[in-house]
Amino acid sequence: MDVMPKWADVVLVPLFSLLLAAFLSALLILAIGESPSEALSLMVQGTLLRSAGWGYMLYYTTNFIFTGLAVSVAFHASLFNIGGEGQAMMGGLGVSLVCLFIPWPHWSLAIVGASVGAAVFGMIWAGLPAYLQAKRGSHIVITTIMFNFIAAGILNFFLVGALKPKGSMDPATANFPASTHLPTFEDMAQLLGFEKMFRSAPANVSFFIALLACVAVWYLIWRSPLGYEIRALGKSGPAARYAGVGSVKIIMITMMISGALCGLMAINTTQGESERLILNFTEGAGFIGIAVALMGRSHPLGVLLAALLFGFLYQGGAELALWTKIPRELIIVIQALVILFTGALTMMVRAPLERLFLMAWRG
Amino acid sequence: MPGTIHGIIGENGAGKSTLMSILYGFYKADAGEIFIDGQKTLIPDSQAAISAGIGMVFQHFKLVENFTVLENIVLGAESGEFLAPSLRKARAELAELAAEYELNVDPDAVIEEIGVGMQQRVEILKALYRKANILILDEPTGVLTPAEAGQLFRILGRLREEGKTIILITHKLREIMEITDTVSVMRRGEMTATVKTSETSPEHLAELMVGRKVLLRVDKTPAQPKHQVLEVSRLNVVDEAGVLRLKDISLNVRAGEILGIAGVAGNGQSELLEVLGGYQSATGSIRVNGSEIDLTGSSSDGQSRRARGIAHVPEDRQREGLIMDFTAWENAIFGYHRDPDHQLNRFLMNNAAIREETAAKMARFDVRPPNPNLTAKNFSGGNQQKIVLAREIERNPDLLLVGQPTRGVDIGAIEFIHKQIVALRDRGKAILLISVELDEILSLSDRVAVMFDGQIMGERDPSKTNEKELGLLMAGVISEARK
Repeated sequence: MDVMPKWADVVLVPLFSLLLAAFLSALLILAIGESPSEALSLMVQGTLLRSAGWGYMLYYTTNFIFTGLAVSVAFHASLFNIGGEGQAMMGGLGVSLVCLFIPWPHWSLAIVGASVGAAVFGMIWAGLPAYLQAKRGSHIVITTIMFNFIAAGILNFFLVGALKPKGSMDPATANFPASTHLPTFEDMAQLLGFEKMFRSAPANVSFFIALLACVAVWYLIWRSPLGYEIRALGKSGPAARYAGVGSVKIIMITMMISGALCGLMAINTTQGESERLILNFTEGAGFIGIAVALMGRSHPLGVLLAALLFGFLYQGGAELALWTKIPRELIIVIQALVILFTGALTMMVRAPLERLFLMAWRG
Repeated sequence: MPGTIHGIIGENGAGKSTLMSILYGFYKADAGEIFIDGQKTLIPDSQAAISAGIGMVFQHFKLVENFTVLENIVLGAESGEFLAPSLRKARAELAELAAEYELNVDPDAVIEEIGVGMQQRVEILKALYRKANILILDEPTGVLTPAEAGQLFRILGRLREEGKTIILITHKLREIMEITDTVSVMRRGEMTATVKTSETSPEHLAELMVGRKVLLRVDKTPAQPKHQVLEVSRLNVVDEAGVLRLKDISLNVRAGEILGIAGVAGNGQSELLEVLGGYQSATGSIRVNGSEIDLTGSSSDGQSRRARGIAHVPEDRQREGLIMDFTAWENAIFGYHRDPDHQLNRFLMNNAAIREETAAKMARFDVRPPNPNLTAKNFSGGNQQKIVLAREIERNPDLLLVGQPTRGVDIGAIEFIHKQIVALRDRGKAILLISVELDEILSLSDRVAVMFDGQIMGERDPSKTNEKELGLLMAGVISEARK
């Protein structure tokens, strides 16, 4: 039986999980010898009170939306895609090939081409483990995580070999041609007549593609027959079998959509920010996608909000590292705590809340 | 009594396994006492049961697949901190036991590499190694071939000679008659009779087993069967373990009649439904309205079957028929969700229309509460079943497959569900009904076929047969061939 109303489940549980994580983080900051309240105000000042701070935050948020949506889509089919890192890396490879070897007349066309390249490469990289799961029964958690390492290896191979410009010492591709460069928030602000906005911040148009992806995923999961089948298989394998929903087909399609979303992250990082393919450009965003999806309850709106939160934590964490003794890694600790509370320990948060609601109902 | 074999017989759900679980300390009895050798004994857990000398051989073996026979026997009864001395001791004892009871098993064989009959012997040895004097066997022949069953009975006979007490739980009358000394009949949680096997007959036991309950007769006119809708011939199913589940099944159902299939659960009825429903591959032939149906290929799935006019109310509504976390309206199109009537266009479903349609269906089928946005798990069993039934019947199928339509359903809903099934028949549709409730089969069906061990034992006219005859067919005692 549902003890709590839906809103409480959706809003209160993540909120309390977050508060618990924040509380423990505050203790940690105290232990380091800094003041938690000052740390918080530094974080807020460095992100929310400066337009450039927003520019950085939304750049991270864009990554987390893509990877968070990717993990969410897989979650709906009860599949755990831990391979976001690898799929995003392959997406980066796709973006680079499209940007380097096709002469694009304008960025608006280049972003379409790069999106297709990113999605297809991510799709293939998720499709292989999906096939192994669907047909051979190899567990997707194991295979996707192994595919992360393979992807890193492949990226390395290309960046020290075929894709590295002659004579360069840097494991990276050549810079993409100027016609593929995406307008940043700074460019857009200037276009609208605001000078000095989002100064040199990396956020770019791919943020809007991420927002579009949220809407698309919402339609896919809650409005389309395919989404219905994905959810049906995720909720009950035997029932899906009875209804004639083919598990092989659904596992393949779901994982490929998931991989495509991860791959799309590269249009933000690779085409939008670095404007060339570099090593380790994913910076763990594939894993943060898991936390984002857990916190966002696999709903696109929740993913968007959680991605904003993690964008804030990332940018705020950089500010902390800059001005205090608090290392940037603290953000990883906070992230781990959020995963712990929203994922593994969700019943620890939910059970007392449920008791509270039961008590309130009984009066 | 020492040196006897006591049989416990009853239909599925009669309480046999529950009783044994209490004896073995898995469940606690709410009231009552257990006496062993005249002494009152408390059995709070299975450790206590073991030390009281009770050994249990479960229907599903509890063995570690990749351990050897010896390791399995020692598991949980190690004599010290180190394994080697325990194994040495066990090996010696095992040799003694094997000689004493003619229970020969290679102690170094790995469990997953030996047959089920051998695995069962390991289970028996495990109990004897723990000094069991009372051996309980739950449906021991369910997984055995007739030859293996024969060997088992020889072993049991030997154990009886050595003074062990054996309790044999089964629903097969033949086994009871063959080996037991006394037999107790259970029905609906009650011990209805205890008799000496030599003073009873299979007919008498069948009567005791099924009981003389008043039939819940359904008002219906005689069937007016028309053309053949379903023709099944020589259907065979081999399951993943390689066991033959359906053996040359042939049957047919005409438009406007209900064919009831009676039988004790687990005799192939589920497999038959799964094959017809499109999610179990088989060999043989199935024709619907005269045209062949694909049994293994790519169009052998639930959605293709539905497209051919076959609707299916599955035996387990919570596992298969419904998605418990989906709302009523989402469940109301389950399996038919790709139908054009439910789509706005190629990519989007018409959720608003589905909700509206579901609300109307729920009203017609008296589903309470009639709220299409409620999740399936929040409805009672009867109302859940009505949601499934509404979904399948309202499609106006040519053939309706129904499995256990009233399992776990309250009396009021049972009547309603029966009426709906008969009404569909009267609209000239073919219905294949599978149920373990004999009353239900007798009151609904126009013809009754009995399944036992993957075979059709015979077909009867429900007005000219009785529970006794059906009970014997169900227990595999008589068959068409022998008549």
